[in-house]
Amino acid sequence: MEGRQEAGKENKPSSISVDPQGDSSLQVEISDAVSERDKVKFTVQTKSCLPHFAQTEFSVVRQHEEFIWLHDAYVENEEYAGLIIPPAPPRPDFEASREKLQKLGEGDSSITREEFAKMKQELEAEYLAIFKKTVAMHEVFLQRLAAHPTLRRDHNFFVFLEYGQDLSVRGKNRKELLGGFLRNIVKSADEALITSMSGLKEVDDFFEHERTFLLEYHTRIRDACLRADRVMQSHKCLADDYIPISAALSSLGTQEVNQLKTSFFKLAELFERLRKLEGRVASDEDLKLSDMLRYYMRDSQAAKDLLYRRLRALADYENANKALDKARTRNREVRTAESNQQLCCRRFERLSDSAKQELMDFKSRRVSSFRKNLIELAELELKHAKGGGTQDTWV
Amino acid sequence: MESKSISAPVIFDRSREEIEEEANGDVFDIEIGVSDPEKVGDGMNAYMAYRVTTKTSLSMFSKSEFSVKRRFSDFLGLHSKLASKYLHVGYIVPPAPEKSIVGMTKVKVGKEDSSSTEFVEKRRAALERYLQRTVKHPTLLQDPDLRQFLESSELPRAVNTQALSGAGILRMVNKAADAVNKMTIKMNESDAWFEEKQQQFENLDQQLRKLHASVEALVCHRKELSANTAAFAKSAAMLGNSEDHTALSRALSQLAEVEEKIDQLHQEQAFADFYMFSELLSDYIRLIAAVKGVFDHRMKCWQKWEDAQITLLKKRETEAKMMVANKPDKIQQAKNEIREWEAKVQQGERDFEQISKTIRKEVGRFEAKRVKDFKTVIIKYLESLVQTQQQLIKYWEAFLPEAKAIA
Repeated sequence: MEGRQEAGKENKPSSISVDPQGDSSLQVEISDAVSERDKVKFTVQTKSCLPHFAQTEFSVVRQHEEFIWLHDAYVENEEYAGLIIPPAPPRPDFEASREKLQKLGEGDSSITREEFAKMKQELEAEYLAIFKKTVAMHEVFLQRLAAHPTLRRDHNFFVFLEYGQDLSVRGKNRKELLGGFLRNIVKSADEALITSMSGLKEVDDFFEHERTFLLEYHTRIRDACLRADRVMQSHKCLADDYIPISAALSSLGTQEVNQLKTSFFKLAELFERLRKLEGRVASDEDLKLSDMLRYYMRDSQAAKDLLYRRLRALADYENANKALDKARTRNREVRTAESNQQLCCRRFERLSDSAKQELMDFKSRRVSSFRKNLIELAELELKHAKGGGTQDTWV
Repeated sequence: MESKSISAPVIFDRSREEIEEEANGDVFDIEIGVSDPEKVGDGMNAYMAYRVTTKTSLSMFSKSEFSVKRRFSDFLGLHSKLASKYLHVGYIVPPAPEKSIVGMTKVKVGKEDSSSTEFVEKRRAALERYLQRTVKHPTLLQDPDLRQFLESSELPRAVNTQALSGAGILRMVNKAADAVNKMTIKMNESDAWFEEKQQQFENLDQQLRKLHASVEALVCHRKELSANTAAFAKSAAMLGNSEDHTALSRALSQLAEVEEKIDQLHQEQAFADFYMFSELLSDYIRLIAAVKGVFDHRMKCWQKWEDAQITLLKKRETEAKMMVANKPDKIQQAKNEIREWEAKVQQGERDFEQISKTIRKEVGRFEAKRVKDFKTVIIKYLESLVQTQQQLIKYWEAFLPEAKAIA
């Protein structure tokens, strides 16, 4: 059973499966969102009977940067090192869409009023779709946190959900962005070093398999996501192409001799239908395929990060072992070395245990999400193909 | 990338039915096929030879089925001869396919890639349509040059058709001069039908050009969609291979297969987009240019008649002057010239009436053919679009249970 959004929010693209268990003691959703010039304001609504909260139902307004702050807080928290941190939602990006609307507004005198209206309609639908997607991405992030038995009890999470004022979290400045970037490089280098460390053996087959699997999976899903995006763009392109063709055919129809009028009109009508069809195919592929692939690309990266942390812990454990041996041979500071080694061992075991569970959850989440989306994709494609191909009216 | 040998749909394979239901009595039991493009020679002197096969029951031909080998310049030569004989008296001579220096160079140089195969196929189909149109013209069918083209095994090489030859440049210059002349002819149109028709063809020309440009964009983008779909299919297959959940892995492989099949559909549709729709439009854009040319010739014919009348008037004035001046030998000369120019005026009037009559008949025939062509092709194209949708339904219906089977 997957955690789901309320039936009331019918049009929200919810392609991601959140919660395999279905616990409703903490329900979070984005009940409203407003797009202002260069930012989006999300209304985060919480319903909960948990004793921690002052009320059972309350809302706050949050912006994208606050979501990022929350995500980073989780990542930096040592307590959650053994968990897959749900990937942060991507920044809302209306640039491309806005540019296109502007270009359309600037006007191309060669297109008719009808064509203009259709193109405007397409672009507005596109803008709306992007908006809905960004809401869904932010919502899914919160809902995964709310569904996770450990993550949902985080203090920062409570603050995020409940604190009425804005969190005064400014966006990262250039230095911080650069810092983040460098940290990633250091992390990759570190990982490379660790794996080549002599004596560091992966004793657990499960993790050995997971590591190989995730590395390959992540690369391939990223590839698939990129290519799915391109297919979607092509469909949109085709939909745009149909507009002037349909218009030209109609125009020919009105001027032509009687014997040809009907043929041209029929063709014009078919192209108009195909246009709508292509548009819908594009948007459905976007939601059910591209977005899902993109989400699991990020989620698999989060899983990879978890493996890295565990590996780091293993390396620390190995180092602590070596230090203990050295201390014992020299018979100096044995106590400290012993307690440090025990600490590292416990940490490593803790991480391994929770990582195992997390990775299995990841798999079941992934499978059920793919299943749901592939079924919905097929059903939608069928619906569209059936709608666009009625053969009753041909001459 | 596998090379596919797909040949363009034969648009005119309805000619037999056409013959059977032909109401106005024109019976054209003749069918032309252009096939088997073959590269002859090497390097820059290489050329493509096409097999031209004629199937007919008409008695003017010695056999009922025969074929010859022709090269592109032979077709151009044929057109050139027919145009020089029939255009200026008002017959709408179908234009030959256009030259393409870039396209041909690639073929000559020996690039065996898909774009040169496509180019050759495009040309082959265009040559076939050209010949079909030409033989369907009752007057042109009787022409000995056409028969020689279809029948004789050896044909003198048409050299003046080379793109940058002297003759080619001369033709270009003449065309330009014609255009200038047309602007200065102010004809008193006594027959509204001609003015109306010219306007109609002008409108049609503009509309078709606009539509053609949009369809060319469609063809291009559909090809892109096909390429992107194929790429996605591959990456979906790879993802399926990586996936360690068996049922999901299987479903992803199936998805990859579905996408591959859909790519095929896109390719076929792009084919139809081009060969049915786009090429029809571009053929008619050039045909209409030929129609406009015929109207221009009528104007020139009128001009000639008009000029003859003016000259006759001048000669009469001269005669009158000579009579007044009483120069008997000059008077005789003037009388002779008057007779000469009276004859020319009469001829001019006859020519003008003849070309007007021919054009009326030709335009009627042309329009009837155009309506048939467009209708046939539009219906076929509509069917192709509907067919694609139906195939899509089949593919997704087959995939759905696979997706549901993911446990």
